[in-house]
Amino acid sequence: MTATTELAVRVTGVGKTFPTKAGDVVALTGVDLTVAAGEFVSLIGPSGCGKSTLLRLIADLDGASSGSLEIFGKPAKQARIDQDYGIAFQQAGLLPWRTVAGNIELPLELHGMAKRARAARVAELAELVGLSDFVTRYPDQLSGGMQQRVAIARALAAQPRLLLMDEPFGALDEMTREYLQGELTRIADDTGAAVVFVTHSIPEAVFLSDRVVVMSPRPGRITDILDMTLGGTRDDALRESPKYFERVTAVREALHGAPVERANER
Amino acid sequence: MRRNRAAIAWGVVGVLAVLVAWEVYKFLGPAEGFVVGAITGETGSGVMLLPRTNDRAMPHIWEMVARLFQSTSGGDTPPLIVPVLTAALTTLGIAAVGWLIGVAVGVLLGLVMQRWRLAEWGLLPWIVVSQTVPLIAFAPLIASIGSQVDRAGTVPWPQWLSVAVIASYLAFFPVAVGVLRGLEAPDRIHLDLMRSYAAGYWATLFRLRLPAAVPHLLPALRLAAANAVVGAVVAEVSIGMRGGIGRMLIQLAGQGSSDPAAPWGPTFGSIALGLVAAGSVALVGIALKNYRRGEATA
Repeated sequence: MTATTELAVRVTGVGKTFPTKAGDVVALTGVDLTVAAGEFVSLIGPSGCGKSTLLRLIADLDGASSGSLEIFGKPAKQARIDQDYGIAFQQAGLLPWRTVAGNIELPLELHGMAKRARAARVAELAELVGLSDFVTRYPDQLSGGMQQRVAIARALAAQPRLLLMDEPFGALDEMTREYLQGELTRIADDTGAAVVFVTHSIPEAVFLSDRVVVMSPRPGRITDILDMTLGGTRDDALRESPKYFERVTAVREALHGAPVERANER
Repeated sequence: MRRNRAAIAWGVVGVLAVLVAWEVYKFLGPAEGFVVGAITGETGSGVMLLPRTNDRAMPHIWEMVARLFQSTSGGDTPPLIVPVLTAALTTLGIAAVGWLIGVAVGVLLGLVMQRWRLAEWGLLPWIVVSQTVPLIAFAPLIASIGSQVDRAGTVPWPQWLSVAVIASYLAFFPVAVGVLRGLEAPDRIHLDLMRSYAAGYWATLFRLRLPAAVPHLLPALRLAAANAVVGAVVAEVSIGMRGGIGRMLIQLAGQGSSDPAAPWGPTFGSIALGLVAAGSVALVGIALKNYRRGEATA
Protein backbone atom coordinates (compact mmCIF):
# COMPACT_ATOMS: atom_id res chain seq x y z
CA MET A 1 0.00 0.00 0.00
CA THR A 2 1.37 3.39 -0.93
CA ALA A 3 1.73 6.04 1.72
CA THR A 4 -0.11 8.59 -0.41
CA THR A 5 -3.22 6.37 -0.02
CA GLU A 6 -4.60 6.81 -3.48
CA LEU A 7 -8.23 5.83 -3.37
CA ALA A 8 -9.48 2.95 -5.49
CA VAL A 9 -13.11 3.52 -4.56
CA ARG A 10 -14.83 6.49 -2.96
CA VAL A 11 -18.55 6.12 -2.29
CA THR A 12 -20.25 9.22 -0.89
CA GLY A 13 -23.83 9.35 0.37
CA VAL A 14 -25.00 6.71 -2.08
CA GLY A 15 -28.59 5.49 -2.09
CA LYS A 16 -30.42 3.13 -4.42
CA THR A 17 -34.17 2.65 -4.70
CA PHE A 18 -35.87 0.18 -6.99
CA PRO A 19 -39.34 1.19 -8.12
CA THR A 20 -41.82 -1.68 -7.83
CA LYS A 21 -45.59 -1.91 -8.25
CA ALA A 22 -46.01 -1.89 -4.49
CA GLY A 23 -43.96 1.30 -4.17
CA ASP A 24 -40.27 2.13 -4.00
CA VAL A 25 -37.94 -0.35 -2.31
CA VAL A 26 -34.91 1.23 -0.66
CA ALA A 27 -31.99 -1.11 -1.36
CA LEU A 28 -29.27 1.21 -0.07
CA THR A 29 -29.25 4.43 1.85
CA GLY A 30 -26.52 6.83 2.99
CA VAL A 31 -23.57 4.62 2.08
CA ASP A 32 -20.12 6.12 2.61
CA LEU A 33 -17.10 3.95 1.91
CA THR A 34 -13.54 4.33 0.71
CA VAL A 35 -11.24 1.60 -0.47
CA ALA A 36 -7.54 2.42 -0.72
CA ALA A 37 -5.42 1.21 -3.63
CA GLY A 38 -4.25 -2.34 -2.95
CA GLU A 39 -6.65 -2.78 -0.04
CA PHE A 40 -8.83 -5.87 0.43
CA VAL A 41 -12.31 -4.96 1.66
CA SER A 42 -15.16 -7.40 2.23
CA LEU A 43 -18.83 -6.50 2.30
CA ILE A 44 -20.75 -8.81 4.61
CA GLY A 45 -24.32 -8.93 5.79
CA PRO A 46 -27.57 -10.91 5.62
CA SER A 47 -29.40 -11.18 2.31
CA GLY A 48 -31.21 -8.01 1.36
CA CYS A 49 -28.59 -5.77 2.96
CA GLY A 50 -27.60 -4.40 -0.44
CA LYS A 51 -24.03 -5.72 -0.55
CA SER A 52 -24.38 -7.03 -4.09
CA THR A 53 -26.24 -3.87 -5.09
CA LEU A 54 -23.37 -1.77 -3.80
CA LEU A 55 -20.91 -3.85 -5.82
CA ARG A 56 -23.05 -3.44 -8.94
CA LEU A 57 -23.11 0.33 -8.40
CA ILE A 58 -19.32 0.42 -8.10
CA ALA A 59 -19.14 -1.62 -11.31
CA ASP A 60 -21.64 0.75 -12.99
CA LEU A 61 -23.85 -2.21 -13.84
CA ASP A 62 -26.64 -0.22 -12.20
CA GLY A 63 -26.89 3.50 -11.57
CA ALA A 64 -27.10 5.03 -8.08
CA SER A 65 -30.29 6.90 -7.20
CA SER A 66 -28.39 9.44 -5.13
CA GLY A 67 -24.85 10.25 -4.02
CA SER A 68 -21.66 9.80 -6.00
CA LEU A 69 -19.22 7.02 -6.79
CA GLU A 70 -15.64 7.56 -7.84
CA ILE A 71 -13.28 4.87 -9.00
CA PHE A 72 -9.65 6.04 -9.04
CA GLY A 73 -11.02 9.58 -9.00
CA LYS A 74 -13.26 9.02 -12.04
CA PRO A 75 -17.02 8.63 -12.26
CA ALA A 76 -18.01 4.94 -12.16
CA LYS A 77 -19.13 4.95 -15.80
CA GLN A 78 -15.79 6.31 -17.02
CA ALA A 79 -13.96 3.73 -14.90
CA ARG A 80 -16.02 0.98 -16.49
CA ILE A 81 -15.29 2.26 -19.98
CA ASP A 82 -11.59 2.55 -19.11
CA GLN A 83 -11.58 -1.05 -17.80
CA ASP A 84 -10.29 0.04 -14.42
CA TYR A 85 -11.84 -2.96 -12.73
CA GLY A 86 -12.25 -6.68 -13.32
CA ILE A 87 -15.33 -8.48 -12.09
CA ALA A 88 -16.26 -12.04 -11.04
CA PHE A 89 -19.64 -13.38 -9.97
CA GLN A 90 -20.97 -16.31 -7.97
CA GLN A 91 -21.40 -18.26 -11.19
CA ALA A 92 -18.24 -18.47 -13.22
CA GLY A 93 -20.24 -17.22 -16.21
CA LEU A 94 -17.84 -18.65 -18.77
CA LEU A 95 -18.95 -18.69 -22.39
CA PRO A 96 -19.51 -22.42 -22.99
CA TRP A 97 -18.48 -22.26 -26.66
CA ARG A 98 -15.06 -20.84 -25.86
CA THR A 99 -12.06 -22.72 -24.50
CA VAL A 100 -10.40 -21.71 -21.26
CA ALA A 101 -7.94 -19.60 -23.26
CA GLY A 102 -10.80 -18.12 -25.30
CA ASN A 103 -12.65 -17.15 -22.15
CA ILE A 104 -9.63 -15.59 -20.48
CA GLU A 105 -8.78 -13.53 -23.54
CA LEU A 106 -12.33 -12.30 -24.16
CA PRO A 107 -11.86 -8.89 -22.51
CA LEU A 108 -8.49 -8.46 -24.27
CA GLU A 109 -10.03 -9.38 -27.62
CA LEU A 110 -12.83 -6.88 -27.09
CA HIS A 111 -10.27 -4.16 -26.54
CA GLY A 112 -8.34 -4.91 -29.64
CA MET A 113 -5.17 -6.41 -28.19
CA ALA A 114 -3.05 -8.06 -30.88
CA LYS A 115 -3.28 -11.83 -31.12
CA ARG A 116 0.29 -12.57 -30.12
CA ALA A 117 0.22 -10.27 -27.09
CA ARG A 118 -3.06 -11.90 -26.12
CA ALA A 119 -1.61 -15.40 -26.28
CA ALA A 120 1.29 -14.34 -24.06
CA ARG A 121 -1.02 -12.75 -21.52
CA VAL A 122 -3.31 -15.80 -21.50
CA ALA A 123 -0.34 -18.08 -20.81
CA GLU A 124 0.70 -15.81 -17.94
CA LEU A 125 -2.80 -15.73 -16.42
CA ALA A 126 -3.33 -19.48 -16.82
CA GLU A 127 -0.07 -19.96 -14.95
CA LEU A 128 -1.19 -17.53 -12.24
CA VAL A 129 -4.39 -19.48 -11.55
CA GLY A 130 -2.70 -22.85 -12.07
CA LEU A 131 -4.56 -23.91 -15.21
CA SER A 132 -1.74 -23.99 -17.74
CA ASP A 133 -2.55 -27.59 -18.71
CA PHE A 134 -6.20 -26.82 -19.33
CA VAL A 135 -6.19 -23.84 -21.70
CA THR A 136 -7.59 -25.85 -24.60
CA ARG A 137 -10.41 -27.39 -22.56
CA TYR A 138 -14.01 -26.23 -22.67
CA PRO A 139 -15.84 -25.06 -19.53
CA ASP A 140 -18.05 -28.17 -19.44
CA GLN A 141 -14.89 -30.24 -19.04
CA LEU A 142 -13.83 -28.40 -15.87
CA SER A 143 -14.88 -28.70 -12.24
CA GLY A 144 -16.72 -25.82 -10.56
CA GLY A 145 -13.54 -24.69 -8.78
CA MET A 146 -11.58 -24.69 -12.03
CA GLN A 147 -14.31 -22.73 -13.78
CA GLN A 148 -14.17 -20.15 -11.02
CA ARG A 149 -10.38 -19.91 -11.39
CA VAL A 150 -10.86 -19.23 -15.09
CA ALA A 151 -13.34 -16.50 -14.17
CA ILE A 152 -10.75 -14.94 -11.85
CA ALA A 153 -8.09 -15.09 -14.54
CA ARG A 154 -10.53 -13.43 -16.94
CA ALA A 155 -11.25 -10.69 -14.37
CA LEU A 156 -7.51 -10.08 -14.09
CA ALA A 157 -6.85 -10.15 -17.83
CA ALA A 158 -6.80 -6.42 -18.47
CA GLN A 159 -4.56 -5.87 -15.42
CA PRO A 160 -7.15 -3.93 -13.46
CA ARG A 161 -6.13 -2.16 -10.27
CA LEU A 162 -9.51 -3.04 -8.78
CA LEU A 163 -11.12 -6.45 -8.55
CA LEU A 164 -14.86 -6.69 -7.81
CA MET A 165 -16.06 -10.10 -6.63
CA ASP A 166 -19.64 -11.05 -5.84
CA GLU A 167 -19.59 -14.22 -3.71
CA PRO A 168 -17.21 -15.87 -6.16
CA PHE A 169 -16.71 -18.93 -3.94
CA GLY A 170 -20.33 -19.16 -2.78
CA ALA A 171 -21.18 -22.18 -4.91
CA LEU A 172 -18.03 -24.18 -4.15
CA ASP A 173 -17.39 -26.91 -1.62
CA GLU A 174 -15.50 -26.02 1.57
CA MET A 175 -12.14 -27.53 0.53
CA THR A 176 -12.04 -25.84 -2.86
CA ARG A 177 -13.21 -22.69 -1.20
CA GLU A 178 -10.40 -22.54 1.35
CA TYR A 179 -7.87 -23.37 -1.33
CA LEU A 180 -9.12 -20.60 -3.61
CA GLN A 181 -9.20 -18.12 -0.71
CA GLY A 182 -5.50 -18.74 -0.21
CA GLU A 183 -4.92 -18.40 -3.94
CA LEU A 184 -6.88 -15.16 -4.08
CA THR A 185 -4.84 -13.49 -1.32
CA ARG A 186 -1.68 -14.54 -3.15
CA ILE A 187 -3.00 -13.19 -6.48
CA ALA A 188 -4.15 -9.95 -4.87
CA ASP A 189 -0.66 -9.52 -3.37
CA ASP A 190 1.06 -10.36 -6.67
CA THR A 191 -1.00 -7.94 -8.71
CA GLY A 192 -1.33 -5.25 -6.05
CA ALA A 193 -4.98 -4.83 -6.99
CA ALA A 194 -7.58 -3.52 -4.55
CA VAL A 195 -10.41 -5.99 -3.98
CA VAL A 196 -14.03 -5.41 -3.05
CA PHE A 197 -15.35 -8.80 -2.04
CA VAL A 198 -18.99 -9.60 -1.33
CA THR A 199 -19.60 -12.61 0.92
CA HIS A 200 -21.98 -13.94 3.52
CA SER A 201 -19.32 -16.05 5.20
CA ILE A 202 -17.75 -14.50 8.30
CA PRO A 203 -14.59 -16.68 8.33
CA GLU A 204 -14.07 -15.98 4.62
CA ALA A 205 -14.36 -12.21 5.14
CA VAL A 206 -11.97 -12.28 8.10
CA PHE A 207 -9.40 -14.49 6.42
CA LEU A 208 -9.23 -12.42 3.26
CA SER A 209 -9.73 -8.83 4.28
CA ASP A 210 -7.86 -5.81 5.53
CA ARG A 211 -11.21 -4.34 6.50
CA VAL A 212 -14.66 -5.88 6.82
CA VAL A 213 -17.69 -3.73 6.08
CA VAL A 214 -20.75 -4.95 8.01
CA MET A 215 -24.09 -4.18 6.42
CA SER A 216 -27.67 -4.45 7.58
CA PRO A 217 -30.97 -4.73 5.69
CA ARG A 218 -34.23 -2.72 5.51
CA PRO A 219 -32.97 -0.31 4.42
CA GLY A 220 -29.57 -1.55 3.23
CA ARG A 221 -26.83 0.42 4.95
CA ILE A 222 -23.36 0.14 6.46
CA THR A 223 -23.51 -0.43 10.22
CA ASP A 224 -19.86 -1.02 11.03
CA ILE A 225 -16.41 -1.13 9.49
CA LEU A 226 -13.85 -3.34 11.24
CA ASP A 227 -10.08 -3.34 10.80
CA MET A 228 -8.70 -6.87 10.70
CA THR A 229 -4.99 -6.03 11.25
CA LEU A 230 -4.03 -9.67 10.76
CA GLY A 231 -0.78 -8.86 8.99
CA GLY A 232 0.51 -9.77 5.58
CA THR A 233 0.62 -13.56 5.57
CA ARG A 234 -2.64 -15.39 5.00
CA ASP A 235 -2.08 -19.11 5.38
CA ASP A 236 -3.65 -22.09 7.09
CA ALA A 237 -1.82 -21.25 10.33
CA LEU A 238 -3.80 -18.03 10.45
CA ARG A 239 -7.05 -20.01 10.40
CA GLU A 240 -5.99 -21.63 13.68
CA SER A 241 -4.73 -18.52 15.45
CA PRO A 242 -6.54 -16.91 18.43
CA LYS A 243 -6.32 -13.52 16.73
CA TYR A 244 -8.30 -14.89 13.83
CA PHE A 245 -11.03 -16.27 16.08
CA GLU A 246 -11.13 -12.96 17.91
CA ARG A 247 -11.82 -11.15 14.61
CA VAL A 248 -14.43 -13.71 13.63
CA THR A 249 -16.19 -13.05 16.92
CA ALA A 250 -15.91 -9.29 16.44
CA VAL A 251 -17.51 -9.48 13.00
CA ARG A 252 -20.21 -11.81 14.30
CA GLU A 253 -21.04 -9.41 17.11
CA ALA A 254 -21.12 -6.50 14.69
CA LEU A 255 -23.50 -8.48 12.50
CA HIS A 256 -25.83 -9.40 15.34
CA GLY A 257 -25.57 -5.98 16.96
CA ALA A 258 -24.87 -7.42 20.45
CA PRO A 259 -22.05 -9.34 22.18
CA VAL A 260 -22.26 -13.04 21.46
CA GLU A 261 -21.90 -15.25 24.50
CA ARG A 262 -18.82 -17.41 24.36
CA ALA A 263 -19.29 -20.55 26.36
CA ASN A 264 -15.67 -21.67 25.97
CA GLU A 265 -14.34 -18.62 27.79
CA ARG A 266 -16.07 -19.22 31.08
CA MET B 1 -21.64 -44.48 -29.77
CA ARG B 2 -23.98 -47.14 -28.40
CA ARG B 3 -26.74 -44.58 -28.02
CA ASN B 4 -26.21 -43.55 -31.64
CA ARG B 5 -26.61 -47.10 -32.84
CA ALA B 6 -29.76 -47.56 -30.75
CA ALA B 7 -31.21 -44.37 -32.22
CA ILE B 8 -30.55 -45.61 -35.76
CA ALA B 9 -32.06 -49.01 -34.94
CA TRP B 10 -35.24 -47.43 -33.55
CA GLY B 11 -35.46 -45.16 -36.59
CA VAL B 12 -35.39 -48.21 -38.87
CA VAL B 13 -37.99 -49.96 -36.67
CA GLY B 14 -40.24 -46.89 -36.98
CA VAL B 15 -40.10 -46.91 -40.78
CA LEU B 16 -40.65 -50.68 -40.94
CA ALA B 17 -43.66 -50.35 -38.63
CA VAL B 18 -45.36 -48.04 -41.12
CA LEU B 19 -44.67 -50.44 -44.01
CA VAL B 20 -45.92 -53.41 -42.00
CA ALA B 21 -49.07 -51.53 -40.91
CA TRP B 22 -49.81 -50.71 -44.57
CA GLU B 23 -49.51 -54.30 -45.70
CA VAL B 24 -51.36 -55.73 -42.69
CA TYR B 25 -54.31 -53.42 -43.23
CA LYS B 26 -54.30 -54.16 -46.94
CA PHE B 27 -54.43 -57.87 -46.11
CA LEU B 28 -57.14 -57.64 -43.42
CA GLY B 29 -59.28 -54.69 -44.52
CA PRO B 30 -62.35 -54.92 -46.79
CA ALA B 31 -61.50 -54.68 -50.50
CA GLU B 32 -64.23 -52.11 -51.19
CA GLY B 33 -63.88 -50.37 -47.83
CA PHE B 34 -66.62 -50.03 -45.26
CA VAL B 35 -69.32 -47.47 -46.05
CA VAL B 36 -72.31 -46.50 -43.94
CA GLY B 37 -75.46 -44.87 -45.25
CA ALA B 38 -74.76 -45.57 -48.90
CA ILE B 39 -77.74 -45.31 -51.26
CA THR B 40 -77.79 -48.21 -53.68
CA GLY B 41 -77.07 -47.23 -57.23
CA GLU B 42 -75.60 -43.88 -56.28
CA THR B 43 -71.80 -43.88 -56.50
CA GLY B 44 -69.92 -41.94 -53.90
CA SER B 45 -72.83 -41.71 -51.48
CA GLY B 46 -72.52 -42.48 -47.76
CA VAL B 47 -69.61 -42.06 -45.40
CA MET B 48 -66.55 -44.24 -45.80
CA LEU B 49 -65.30 -45.41 -42.42
CA LEU B 50 -62.60 -47.79 -43.61
CA PRO B 51 -60.66 -47.09 -46.83
CA ARG B 52 -60.65 -49.51 -49.72
CA THR B 53 -57.83 -52.01 -49.84
CA ASN B 54 -58.00 -53.11 -53.46
CA ASP B 55 -54.89 -52.84 -55.61
CA ARG B 56 -56.08 -49.60 -57.19
CA ALA B 57 -56.49 -47.80 -53.86
CA MET B 58 -53.62 -49.41 -51.96
CA PRO B 59 -50.92 -50.88 -54.16
CA HIS B 60 -48.42 -53.22 -52.49
CA ILE B 61 -45.25 -51.54 -51.31
CA TRP B 62 -43.15 -53.76 -53.55
CA GLU B 63 -45.29 -52.66 -56.51
CA MET B 64 -44.62 -49.01 -55.66
CA VAL B 65 -40.89 -49.71 -55.51
CA ALA B 66 -40.93 -51.82 -58.65
CA ARG B 67 -42.85 -49.10 -60.49
CA LEU B 68 -39.92 -46.74 -59.90
CA PHE B 69 -37.78 -48.90 -62.16
CA GLN B 70 -40.35 -49.42 -64.93
CA SER B 71 -40.52 -47.04 -67.84
CA THR B 72 -42.34 -43.80 -67.14
CA SER B 73 -45.06 -43.96 -69.75
CA GLY B 74 -44.32 -47.07 -71.80
CA GLY B 75 -42.17 -47.43 -74.88
CA ASP B 76 -38.61 -46.15 -74.71
CA THR B 77 -39.24 -43.70 -71.87
CA PRO B 78 -36.70 -43.91 -69.04
CA PRO B 79 -37.62 -45.63 -65.74
CA LEU B 80 -39.90 -43.55 -63.49
CA ILE B 81 -37.13 -42.93 -60.99
CA VAL B 82 -35.25 -40.75 -63.49
CA PRO B 83 -37.94 -38.06 -63.96
CA VAL B 84 -38.77 -38.34 -60.24
CA LEU B 85 -35.16 -37.57 -59.26
CA THR B 86 -34.88 -34.77 -61.81
CA ALA B 87 -38.08 -33.20 -60.55
CA ALA B 88 -37.04 -33.66 -56.92
CA LEU B 89 -33.70 -31.97 -57.58
CA THR B 90 -35.43 -29.08 -59.35
CA THR B 91 -37.74 -28.58 -56.39
CA LEU B 92 -34.83 -28.99 -53.95
CA GLY B 93 -32.95 -26.19 -55.71
CA ILE B 94 -35.99 -23.92 -55.59
CA ALA B 95 -36.68 -24.81 -51.94
CA ALA B 96 -33.03 -24.07 -51.11
CA VAL B 97 -33.33 -20.61 -52.63
CA GLY B 98 -36.59 -20.13 -50.72
CA TRP B 99 -34.89 -21.32 -47.54
CA LEU B 100 -32.03 -18.86 -48.00
CA ILE B 101 -34.41 -15.96 -48.62
CA GLY B 102 -36.51 -17.04 -45.64
CA VAL B 103 -33.48 -17.38 -43.35
CA ALA B 104 -32.14 -13.98 -44.42
CA VAL B 105 -35.50 -12.27 -43.85
CA GLY B 106 -36.09 -14.18 -40.60
CA VAL B 107 -32.66 -13.34 -39.17
CA LEU B 108 -33.11 -9.69 -40.11
CA LEU B 109 -36.55 -9.54 -38.48
CA GLY B 110 -35.23 -11.31 -35.37
CA LEU B 111 -32.33 -8.85 -35.10
CA VAL B 112 -34.57 -5.82 -35.52
CA MET B 113 -37.10 -7.11 -32.99
CA GLN B 114 -34.40 -7.89 -30.43
CA ARG B 115 -32.73 -4.50 -30.90
CA TRP B 116 -35.87 -2.41 -30.54
CA ARG B 117 -38.58 -3.59 -28.18
CA LEU B 118 -41.02 -1.32 -30.03
CA ALA B 119 -40.29 -3.21 -33.24
CA GLU B 120 -41.08 -6.47 -31.47
CA TRP B 121 -44.43 -5.14 -30.32
CA GLY B 122 -45.17 -3.81 -33.78
CA LEU B 123 -43.90 -6.71 -35.89
CA LEU B 124 -44.43 -9.92 -33.97
CA PRO B 125 -48.26 -9.92 -34.20
CA TRP B 126 -48.04 -9.37 -37.96
CA ILE B 127 -45.49 -12.14 -38.32
CA VAL B 128 -47.82 -14.53 -36.51
CA VAL B 129 -50.85 -13.37 -38.52
CA SER B 130 -48.90 -13.74 -41.77
CA GLN B 131 -48.80 -17.49 -41.25
CA THR B 132 -52.59 -17.73 -41.15
CA VAL B 133 -52.88 -16.51 -44.76
CA PRO B 134 -53.44 -19.64 -46.87
CA LEU B 135 -50.65 -20.26 -49.32
CA ILE B 136 -53.17 -21.05 -52.05
CA ALA B 137 -54.59 -17.53 -51.78
CA PHE B 138 -51.23 -15.92 -51.64
CA ALA B 139 -49.37 -17.86 -54.33
CA PRO B 140 -51.19 -16.51 -57.43
CA LEU B 141 -50.60 -12.97 -56.15
CA ILE B 142 -46.82 -13.50 -56.01
CA ALA B 143 -46.92 -15.24 -59.39
CA SER B 144 -48.74 -12.33 -61.02
CA ILE B 145 -46.43 -9.75 -59.43
CA GLY B 146 -43.50 -11.84 -60.66
CA SER B 147 -44.78 -12.08 -64.22
CA GLN B 148 -45.46 -8.33 -64.30
CA VAL B 149 -41.93 -7.60 -63.14
CA ASP B 150 -40.62 -10.04 -65.74
CA ARG B 151 -42.70 -8.46 -68.50
CA ALA B 152 -41.48 -4.98 -67.56
CA GLY B 153 -38.12 -6.31 -68.70
CA THR B 154 -35.73 -4.50 -66.38
CA VAL B 155 -35.31 -7.42 -63.99
CA PRO B 156 -35.85 -10.99 -65.15
CA TRP B 157 -38.22 -12.87 -62.87
CA PRO B 158 -38.52 -16.52 -63.90
CA GLN B 159 -41.42 -18.57 -62.63
CA TRP B 160 -39.22 -20.58 -60.25
CA LEU B 161 -38.37 -17.37 -58.41
CA SER B 162 -42.03 -16.89 -57.58
CA VAL B 163 -42.07 -20.43 -56.18
CA ALA B 164 -38.95 -19.69 -54.11
CA VAL B 165 -40.48 -16.49 -52.73
CA ILE B 166 -43.66 -18.35 -51.78
CA ALA B 167 -41.55 -21.06 -50.10
CA SER B 168 -39.63 -18.38 -48.22
CA TYR B 169 -42.93 -17.05 -46.90
CA LEU B 170 -43.31 -20.26 -44.90
CA ALA B 171 -39.61 -20.55 -44.08
CA PHE B 172 -38.99 -17.14 -42.55
CA PHE B 173 -41.46 -17.59 -39.69
CA PRO B 174 -39.68 -20.13 -37.47
CA VAL B 175 -36.37 -18.36 -38.13
CA ALA B 176 -37.68 -14.95 -37.06
CA VAL B 177 -39.16 -16.36 -33.85
CA GLY B 178 -36.13 -18.60 -33.17
CA VAL B 179 -33.62 -15.80 -33.70
CA LEU B 180 -35.59 -13.47 -31.45
CA ARG B 181 -35.71 -16.05 -28.65
CA GLY B 182 -32.09 -17.03 -29.21
CA LEU B 183 -30.76 -13.48 -29.10
CA GLU B 184 -32.54 -13.01 -25.80
CA ALA B 185 -31.14 -16.30 -24.47
CA PRO B 186 -27.84 -15.09 -22.90
CA ASP B 187 -27.71 -15.22 -19.12
CA ARG B 188 -27.94 -12.00 -17.16
CA ILE B 189 -24.41 -12.61 -15.90
CA HIS B 190 -23.03 -12.74 -19.45
CA LEU B 191 -24.78 -9.49 -20.35
CA ASP B 192 -23.41 -7.89 -17.16
CA LEU B 193 -19.97 -9.11 -18.10
CA MET B 194 -20.18 -7.60 -21.59
CA ARG B 195 -21.37 -4.35 -20.04
CA SER B 196 -18.43 -4.41 -17.64
CA TYR B 197 -16.17 -4.71 -20.70
CA ALA B 198 -17.90 -1.64 -22.13
CA ALA B 199 -18.73 -3.78 -25.19
CA GLY B 200 -21.15 -2.10 -27.59
CA TYR B 201 -24.13 -3.55 -29.44
CA TRP B 202 -22.17 -5.13 -32.28
CA ALA B 203 -19.46 -6.63 -30.08
CA THR B 204 -22.13 -8.07 -27.78
CA LEU B 205 -24.04 -9.37 -30.81
CA PHE B 206 -21.11 -11.21 -32.36
CA ARG B 207 -19.32 -12.36 -29.21
CA LEU B 208 -22.34 -13.24 -27.10
CA ARG B 209 -25.85 -13.05 -28.55
CA LEU B 210 -25.34 -14.86 -31.86
CA PRO B 211 -23.28 -17.74 -30.40
CA ALA B 212 -25.78 -18.09 -27.57
CA ALA B 213 -28.61 -18.16 -30.13
CA VAL B 214 -27.27 -21.23 -31.94
CA PRO B 215 -29.19 -23.83 -29.86
CA HIS B 216 -32.41 -21.94 -30.65
CA LEU B 217 -31.44 -21.30 -34.24
CA LEU B 218 -30.79 -24.89 -35.32
CA PRO B 219 -34.31 -26.25 -34.72
CA ALA B 220 -35.64 -23.08 -36.39
CA LEU B 221 -33.46 -23.70 -39.45
CA ARG B 222 -34.63 -27.31 -39.61
CA LEU B 223 -38.28 -26.26 -39.42
CA ALA B 224 -37.59 -23.63 -42.06
CA ALA B 225 -36.10 -26.30 -44.35
CA ALA B 226 -39.16 -28.50 -43.99
CA ASN B 227 -41.44 -25.51 -44.51
CA ALA B 228 -39.50 -24.41 -47.59
CA VAL B 229 -39.95 -27.87 -49.17
CA VAL B 230 -43.68 -27.95 -48.40
CA GLY B 231 -44.02 -24.37 -49.59
CA ALA B 232 -42.18 -25.07 -52.84
CA VAL B 233 -44.27 -28.17 -53.62
CA VAL B 234 -47.56 -26.41 -52.88
CA ALA B 235 -46.52 -23.28 -54.76
CA GLU B 236 -45.55 -25.30 -57.85
CA VAL B 237 -49.00 -26.84 -57.88
CA SER B 238 -50.90 -23.63 -57.24
CA ILE B 239 -49.13 -21.52 -59.84
CA GLY B 240 -48.77 -24.40 -62.28
CA MET B 241 -45.04 -24.47 -62.66
CA ARG B 242 -43.71 -27.41 -64.67
CA GLY B 243 -40.62 -29.47 -63.94
CA GLY B 244 -40.91 -29.80 -60.17
CA ILE B 245 -42.08 -32.66 -57.99
CA GLY B 246 -45.35 -30.91 -57.02
CA ARG B 247 -46.59 -30.76 -60.58
CA MET B 248 -45.52 -34.35 -61.16
CA LEU B 249 -47.47 -35.52 -58.09
CA ILE B 250 -50.69 -33.96 -59.42
CA GLN B 251 -50.11 -35.27 -62.92
CA LEU B 252 -49.50 -38.88 -61.87
CA ALA B 253 -52.24 -38.82 -59.24
CA GLY B 254 -54.61 -37.96 -62.10
CA GLN B 255 -53.62 -41.20 -63.81
CA GLY B 256 -53.86 -43.10 -60.51
CA SER B 257 -56.79 -45.29 -61.48
CA SER B 258 -54.97 -46.79 -64.43
CA ASP B 259 -51.50 -46.82 -62.91
CA PRO B 260 -52.00 -46.87 -59.09
CA ALA B 261 -48.34 -47.35 -58.13
CA ALA B 262 -47.09 -44.41 -60.22
CA PRO B 263 -48.07 -41.46 -57.94
CA TRP B 264 -46.05 -43.10 -55.18
CA GLY B 265 -42.90 -42.39 -57.16
CA PRO B 266 -43.07 -38.60 -56.74
CA THR B 267 -44.40 -39.14 -53.19
CA PHE B 268 -41.21 -40.99 -52.29
CA GLY B 269 -39.33 -38.30 -54.16
CA SER B 270 -40.80 -35.55 -52.02
CA ILE B 271 -40.11 -37.54 -48.83
CA ALA B 272 -36.50 -37.91 -49.91
CA LEU B 273 -36.47 -34.20 -50.63
CA GLY B 274 -37.59 -33.35 -47.12
CA LEU B 275 -35.01 -35.70 -45.62
CA VAL B 276 -32.19 -34.22 -47.68
CA ALA B 277 -33.27 -30.71 -46.71
CA ALA B 278 -33.46 -31.53 -42.98
CA GLY B 279 -30.21 -33.52 -43.22
CA SER B 280 -28.37 -30.56 -44.72
CA VAL B 281 -29.37 -28.50 -41.71
CA ALA B 282 -28.08 -31.27 -39.44
CA LEU B 283 -24.71 -30.79 -41.15
CA VAL B 284 -24.85 -27.12 -40.21
CA GLY B 285 -25.50 -28.29 -36.64
CA ILE B 286 -22.39 -30.48 -36.68
CA ALA B 287 -20.31 -27.56 -37.90
CA LEU B 288 -21.61 -25.46 -35.01
CA LYS B 289 -21.33 -28.14 -32.33
CA ASN B 290 -19.08 -26.05 -30.09
CA TYR B 291 -21.88 -23.54 -29.72
CA ARG B 292 -24.15 -26.21 -28.31
CA ARG B 293 -22.07 -27.04 -25.27
CA GLY B 294 -23.68 -26.56 -21.92
CA GLU B 295 -21.64 -25.09 -19.13
CA ALA B 296 -21.40 -27.58 -16.30
CA THR B 297 -22.86 -26.21 -13.11
CA ALA B 298 -20.42 -25.62 -10.30
